[in-house]
Amino acid sequence: MSDVTGDLQNILSALAERFGQTLRSISSFRDNTRLEVSRDRIYDVLQTLRREFGFDMLIDVTAVDYLYYPNARDRFAVIYCLLNVTTGQRLVVKTYLNEPDLVLPSVFSLWKSADWLEREVYDMFGIVFEGHPNLKRILMPQEFTAFPLRKDYPLRGFGERHNFPVITRAES
Amino acid sequence: MALGIPENVFLSRLDALANWVRKNSLWPMPFATACCGIELMATGASRHDIARFGAEVMRFSPRQCDLMIVAGRVVMKMLPVLQRIWLQMPEPKWCISMGACACSGGVFDTYAVVQGVDRFIPVDVYVPGCPPRPEQLTASVIALQERIERTGTLTGREFAQRITSDGPPVVQPLPDKAIVAPGDALTSTRLWQVDLPPLPGGVKTAFPELEEDQDS
Repeated sequence: MSDVTGDLQNILSALAERFGQTLRSISSFRDNTRLEVSRDRIYDVLQTLRREFGFDMLIDVTAVDYLYYPNARDRFAVIYCLLNVTTGQRLVVKTYLNEPDLVLPSVFSLWKSADWLEREVYDMFGIVFEGHPNLKRILMPQEFTAFPLRKDYPLRGFGERHNFPVITRAES
Repeated sequence: MALGIPENVFLSRLDALANWVRKNSLWPMPFATACCGIELMATGASRHDIARFGAEVMRFSPRQCDLMIVAGRVVMKMLPVLQRIWLQMPEPKWCISMGACACSGGVFDTYAVVQGVDRFIPVDVYVPGCPPRPEQLTASVIALQERIERTGTLTGREFAQRITSDGPPVVQPLPDKAIVAPGDALTSTRLWQVDLPPLPGGVKTAFPELEEDQDS
């Protein structure tokens, strides 16, 4: 905490005052400040950061699958990387999810860039963003049934890549 | 002349004549999806100059081509497109699989990358390399020219015997876990025509009119 720079420290204090126990932990490593939020208030925290503290750019939305991870308490983490363009402050907001309830509120209403980022997280991990305007697969084919970046999905898939019609020379 | 044939007249077979013409005017369809495409461009450019072998006319319409050069990795989403382009090319046609990825998937041994295009379309010449040098691609064009000259026929009947796949044996996907109908080479755009699995959580999208289009 001590190396969190001044303005960011004020923001974190204000957040801690307002959300209390909702903020599970605040940590920092070098110039990287991380904020862990419980999932039921994640939208409120992000909305506050967007509206009141000027984090007007959503750099990335990504996820982590902690299956087989030593000492992990939760299955999934969803991570939001925020940037305040005016002051250059960066903040990483993280929340945890468990099966079977893999639903988070979409932040598309706060940042338009959440559109494709949330679709990618849905495509790769199967985490659903409620309120997203067009939540469908972005990288994999639409009829793909698995979520390939989950750790229980084999690296080479279940054979989907071999499941195509074969065209021989005589029939083409 | 003993046979009474005047000067500057040659006798040949029609097959040989057609082969001579075809091998010296291969029109490539550059299916370049990755870094092999850069080497393919270099092969077409002035230093390596594939025009020396009559194959400089890169056509981006499959209907004007007779040589498909698959340069780069092909993923599951791209394979139906590749197959459709191959079917659109008029006979006689040939295929060069250029580079490790097109031949075997290369280092991309993952869930989304097709492990060699020869599993799903016929391939005549394989070019190893990652990516191959332009000299290698030139050599493959020369090898294909020799093959056309040796085996080609006027009517293309040499293709009719190849009724089985030339590629590696078919791998069966796991029946209960793999997707059922991934590719349709005839339509290739199949976004809204399949029964999509329901979204977990019963999420509604904001475009109900799109959903209605899918249903109809």
